[in-house]
Amino acid sequence: MTSLVIAEHDNALLKDATHKTVTAAAAISSPVHVLVAGKGCAAVAQAAAKIAGVEKVLLADAPYLEKMLAEPMEALILSVADGYEAILAPATTTGKNYLPRVAAKLDVPQVSEILKVVSPDTFERPIYAGNAIETVQASAGKKVITVRTTAFAAAAEGASAAVESVTVPPDPGLSGFAGEELSKSERPELTSAKIVISGGRGLGSAENFHLLDSIADKLHAAVGASRAAVDAGYVPNDYQVGQTGKVVAPDLYLAVGISGAIQHLAGMKDSRVIAAINKDEEAPIFQVADYGLVADLFKALPELDEELARRGYK
Amino acid sequence: MKVLVPVKRVIDYNVKVRVKADQSGVDLANVKMSMNPFDEIAVEEAVRLKEKGKVTEVVAVSIGPQQASETLRTALAMGADRGLLVKADGPVEPLAVAKILKAIVDAEKPDLVIAGKQAIDDDSNQVGQMLAALLGWGQGTFAHSLELDGASAKIAREIDGGLQTVTVKLPAVMTTDLRLNQPRYASLPNIMKAKKKPIAEKTPADYGVDTAPRLKVLKVSEPPRRGAGVKVASVAELLDRLKDAGVMP
Repeated sequence: MTSLVIAEHDNALLKDATHKTVTAAAAISSPVHVLVAGKGCAAVAQAAAKIAGVEKVLLADAPYLEKMLAEPMEALILSVADGYEAILAPATTTGKNYLPRVAAKLDVPQVSEILKVVSPDTFERPIYAGNAIETVQASAGKKVITVRTTAFAAAAEGASAAVESVTVPPDPGLSGFAGEELSKSERPELTSAKIVISGGRGLGSAENFHLLDSIADKLHAAVGASRAAVDAGYVPNDYQVGQTGKVVAPDLYLAVGISGAIQHLAGMKDSRVIAAINKDEEAPIFQVADYGLVADLFKALPELDEELARRGYK
Repeated sequence: MKVLVPVKRVIDYNVKVRVKADQSGVDLANVKMSMNPFDEIAVEEAVRLKEKGKVTEVVAVSIGPQQASETLRTALAMGADRGLLVKADGPVEPLAVAKILKAIVDAEKPDLVIAGKQAIDDDSNQVGQMLAALLGWGQGTFAHSLELDGASAKIAREIDGGLQTVTVKLPAVMTTDLRLNQPRYASLPNIMKAKKKPIAEKTPADYGVDTAPRLKVLKVSEPPRRGAGVKVASVAELLDRLKDAGVMP
């Protein structure tokens, strides 16, 4: 039987979250079809057609699909749902918005944020902010699943699947897009960056947060923050890593001036390597850090920046 | 205008969760229970709308054991007008919760449902969206701000890249994110007053909803633990170690 993955994209570029969701889908039910819904997103569909394991790409192009709002996405996914054993979306704020509507209308439970496919009907997922892992078995019927993308490797590219246009149901007319304020950054996105450097309350102010900039530039790192730093107003909320923010799992997570509250650890503890700089040697962050430097960050950060420059990082 | 606010009784935010040795679940014995924090934000938002004169009645609903009436009392002390307890022992899955809420909405006819975006116990993040779909309503999830404007609501949403604003026709479902507001502490006089406010009791059967779980929980286990690593003496040593670990670009 076939599974259907809903693509994550911005109408121009296909996001890596899609490749990771394809990996999860292939472990549940192969072959995999991908649904690309948006406005003027034919190039995204072509990109999705290259993902290994994808047999077919469904392209749904309509003006009211541009922002993938929940109500028209529900109607669209239901219109193509027949015949799929499993329907999966990445557990992004987009996927989490529309997919439960689909599950409700199909009268099946949704399995949220799976971390692992144990067998085609059994999954591991985090509960209590990752402080416990639940293994659940779905009953017969369609499976509707969101995927925590940091837990899966991205499917490779190399296929050349067919792209097929589908008829888009009319806009239910329940909601409309009224605007957005996206954080502008030249840096990689937090959830897909290979290196993340995060600052906490120890940085002391919004100005001091910029001490991280030059280091992040040299390492091509994304910049994140603890909830304490966000609540103190140093950076906007979309920087937040943790239970109530984003979940990241980069190759290297560098925590600077972050004490390591449980709620922060829930968002980064699956990183491959964790390094921490904190002046308090008793800080809980050191209990999860592979490498810890007990130091005053206002001394250590300029040193780190200089040392990186000395070693040829620009 | 009437607002319905579903509230859930969960392990208190500050309690360290312990997995039972037999892996049958999380230890709930003698653990402090409180209202789900996202639901507190939902109650606060509804009460503020009432204080601004935009809403005439706030009804709080909880689906859970008898003790969930305490959670309803908290909502009433914060300013909700009346409560409705749908008594159900054992876990009720999000889809069943959404079906019960749909039946309540059909009877109560609110103009807006404000729910927490997720409960901090099962972390499902489903009920608001499912309820909106079952009702055929629009939704504004992960709300950062709300403006009511006659027949519609303007809702700014916390999304991965920043904020997105949507206009949703009323009636609608909104789910709360953390920055929507800072919930109040109920004052002693309001806690006393809340004791006199009515709480009606129902069962899922009254609404014709079967709450038998459809997902089978095979086990609940501890997440893999990370051990503490080594302390380094200098920035240079830190970079050497990271290079050896193969994580430097």
